[in-house]
Amino acid sequence: MTLATIEAEQGLRAALALDPAGVVATIRESGMKGRGGAGFPTGLKWQLAAEAVAPDGVRYVVCNADEGEPGTFKDRVLLAELPDLVFEGMTIGGYAIGSHEGICYLRGEYVYLLADLEACLERRRAAGLLGPDVAGSGFAFDITIHLGSGAYVCGEETALIESLEGRRGEPRNRPPFPVVSGFRGAPTVVNNVETFAWAAAILARGADWFAHIGTDRSTGPKLLSVSGDVQRPGVYEFPLGVSIAEVIEAAGGHDAKAAIVGGAAGTCVPARDFGRAISYEDVSTGGAVIVVGPWRDLLEVAENLQWFFANESCGQCTPCRVGNVKLLEGIRALRRGELTVQQLEDMVSLGQTMRIASKCGLGQAAPNVLLSIIENYRSEVLGHIPVGAR
Amino acid sequence: MTTTLRLGTPGMPGGPAVTSTSVTVTVDGHEVEVPVGSTILEAAEKAGRRIPTLCHHPDLPDVGVCRICVVEVTGQRALQASCAYPITTPIEIQTYSRRVRQARQTIVDLMLAEHCGSCQTCGRNGNCELQDLAAEYGSDHFRFGQRTEPTRLFDTFGPSIRRDMNKCVHCLRCIRTCAELQGVGALGVIGRGDSTTMSPYLTLPISDVVCINCGQCINRCPTGALQEVDNTDDVWRAIEDPTKHVVIQTAPAPRAAMGEEFGLPPGTPVTWQLNSALRELGFDKVFDTNFSADLTIIEEGTELLVRLYENLVLGDHGRPVPQFTSCSPGWIKYLEHKYPEFAPNLSSCKSPQQMFGALIKTWYAQKNGLDPADVVSVSLMPCTAKKFEAHRPEMTDSGFPDVDVSLTTRELGRMIRELGIRLPDLPESDFDDPFGTASGSGVIFGATGGVMEAALRTVVELVTGGKVEDLFDHADITPVRGFEETRYAEITLPDTLGPVPPLLAHLVPDWDWLRGVTLKLAVVHGTANAQKVMEDIKAGGRFSECHFIEFMACPGGCLGGGGQPIPTSKEIRSARAKAIYGEDARYGETGRVRKSHENPAVLRVYEEFLTDGPCGHTSHHLLHTTYTPRGAFIATPSMTVPATTNATTNAPTNGGAR
Repeated sequence: MTLATIEAEQGLRAALALDPAGVVATIRESGMKGRGGAGFPTGLKWQLAAEAVAPDGVRYVVCNADEGEPGTFKDRVLLAELPDLVFEGMTIGGYAIGSHEGICYLRGEYVYLLADLEACLERRRAAGLLGPDVAGSGFAFDITIHLGSGAYVCGEETALIESLEGRRGEPRNRPPFPVVSGFRGAPTVVNNVETFAWAAAILARGADWFAHIGTDRSTGPKLLSVSGDVQRPGVYEFPLGVSIAEVIEAAGGHDAKAAIVGGAAGTCVPARDFGRAISYEDVSTGGAVIVVGPWRDLLEVAENLQWFFANESCGQCTPCRVGNVKLLEGIRALRRGELTVQQLEDMVSLGQTMRIASKCGLGQAAPNVLLSIIENYRSEVLGHIPVGAR
Repeated sequence: MTTTLRLGTPGMPGGPAVTSTSVTVTVDGHEVEVPVGSTILEAAEKAGRRIPTLCHHPDLPDVGVCRICVVEVTGQRALQASCAYPITTPIEIQTYSRRVRQARQTIVDLMLAEHCGSCQTCGRNGNCELQDLAAEYGSDHFRFGQRTEPTRLFDTFGPSIRRDMNKCVHCLRCIRTCAELQGVGALGVIGRGDSTTMSPYLTLPISDVVCINCGQCINRCPTGALQEVDNTDDVWRAIEDPTKHVVIQTAPAPRAAMGEEFGLPPGTPVTWQLNSALRELGFDKVFDTNFSADLTIIEEGTELLVRLYENLVLGDHGRPVPQFTSCSPGWIKYLEHKYPEFAPNLSSCKSPQQMFGALIKTWYAQKNGLDPADVVSVSLMPCTAKKFEAHRPEMTDSGFPDVDVSLTTRELGRMIRELGIRLPDLPESDFDDPFGTASGSGVIFGATGGVMEAALRTVVELVTGGKVEDLFDHADITPVRGFEETRYAEITLPDTLGPVPPLLAHLVPDWDWLRGVTLKLAVVHGTANAQKVMEDIKAGGRFSECHFIEFMACPGGCLGGGGQPIPTSKEIRSARAKAIYGEDARYGETGRVRKSHENPAVLRVYEEFLTDGPCGHTSHHLLHTTYTPRGAFIATPSMTVPATTNATTNAPTNGGAR
């Protein structure tokens, strides 16, 4: 794994040798897009936060370690194996945007990592890599860890910020975006764990190194969590642009029927499309590839994921709160052979509305897997509908 | 022109204040110019396009959760909630498109699928925003099903507010009203996904938390999820019982708003037609709460003068200054919960409703040879907290409840409609004696600042021996009028003051200590504003130097009360205020008294019944009360209601649960 080979603190030293704008420029030149899945250009995000008006000059760097997407576990491995690299990346981000305070929002279920992470921060303080004078540069930065409480929606950045502020984790309306008004109303950069790790690597090895890996619009390597019906589930590193078939083969998946790329919020790719590329311009993912074996009932998979969303919706907005329950009821009726074609069309219409009318990414992504199954496996789905109801 | 823009959802920590001018927006092809920071909803309104809304309410910060107001913003994949999208750059908006139409219809159908309860049996039938949306945007059948069995909490434990969460559409208006408009925070969101529900702390019944019963949440609920506890059956039963003598007192604020229940524009007073309607309904006597408002002014004004004398002259700090008004039962409970240490500052006067009730069960019953046990005292109030107040155990000094049933404007509107009469068409008729005479001062109790103005008219005249008109044209004390969050006013008394009137001679020897004194006064409405003032007082700020402060729990005062017709908005409340001040002005124009201490009916009570004068022994027994420091945490071992699954079956049978 590339990240394990990055020399300790090389990126931080390189960053501190530049001015903050130079660090932002380096990240921009690398072409890196956010590794959490949404794919917003990291350099641009940092630039917007650096340029945003900050009352009292306060800005925040937040590491989104609320890794809750079903089928995703690469952040957990990074935090367990390479916590220094993640914190180094956060420190570089703080320097780049003019922030002195970083917060790592750790998924509640990862509490067992907390002691080690705190010890890591303590070591870094003792080594002068955090604190009032980072590596003798005069730049002050420190990091605290905030433990989540098990809500999937808190992985959504504005819900995460609400939770950090001590309220219910409910997404905010955007605009304003966190880079303008985030934690406590201050400009805030929220990045994924992996994004910070690669940021440190980019500063260590240079923007060119990163930009030459992957495709034109999806640069760099990407960690993928591969799971499901494969012989060797685990975290894999591939350059972006890799085909789904290559990933499945590496993990030992045979005769796969489909792959859920992007986790519960992702999309169901049928075997005939395994030649498609994992990249921001083709099949985008925060890292999850769940392989579906040939014997699986796809509607069972869909029911499982819809149940998850029905339970994890924050309950704020109508399309997500009610829509997920109605989709779940529809899938169950379909599996029982009690759905009509008209009702199936209503479900598709509902899913389309959820995609565009929900308040946040959770509700907007929740119908994705189901809609892609209905689209790609139409005959299999229609087979569940009694002849008289077609 | 510059505009201060708060980036960020109102009520949340905002972003930087940006000073800018205006921005041009294209709405359905029409260009409009709006101040930077305006919402898409505001821009569309300016362009003459109506966008449907549900969670949006003009009194509340927007949250953009119902999603019915979504529109297309060119260049954006997802639709945007127009109520919560602040415009900072020139954008192009489409309020209508195939995607928008499909989304609105789907969202309405989802709301209908979630909502459980039939329109025919609902108190909001005919005045329900969900019905309106379904009529405009829903499809012709329940596309996503319909819940027919209640599964959520139906809380009927309180005396004022009942909460049927089966009808809730999760607009969060009640929560924003309680937390942000009123600063109370009795309600919050619990649960997640399908189990999300609006609930008091720990799913306790509403009666067991810091709820002040103001009912502002009811006024802003789009459906029938929140309603007043309906007491109309109690009144019908009393009227139909030949052994009962049923009297009703009507407060000024409902009279300025009742017309809205019959389709009249806000601000159309129906005071005199209402009297006829009440007689048609079968009430034996129809009285004017303004009478006891005048009585309250005499008692409270006297208390103020005595308190100032004892505190400032005799140095008795057991009578702390400023004195707080005590007419608003929502405000009283708010103070008991949040600032119990300030209970000694509250005037000990009962509210006009309770004073009236106490006189009905004593003096009135005696004069008319009635057994108080057979007298049913009903009140028409703009207020749900009045129901709680009537239930307070200390409000029974005569041995009987002062007030047996307190009705809201909405409830009485329903009774009148049930009778089949059209209120606006009725002939006008007067109030009954002996409580029929009231002054204009009593009328203005219904508006924020009214109690203060009424008290000043009386206090100034009692002290100066002159006319208040010498200080203020037409006795209109305009500095205390208006809708500002808080109003602060100073009135400097002349150097020459009159003798102490005989009515007060037993309490204060002279007015020498008030010569040239500047009275500092404040008027506050809405408990969120009350909180600001109370914090200022605690910090020793400007308001701590006041002598007298009027507090009303509801925005706009009683005219904006939680029992008033739905909907409510600033414009509607202003219209009602105009009706109230208009009625006061008519008192002047028609030569009727406008000052409480000139009300002959009130003076007669002191001659015949309260013979030891204002704040005397009898008055103290019947017209004054005490308060209960409650604190923020209520340690009642009362039943905890499960948040979901057939909670209704656990409800006590007398609570009206079904």
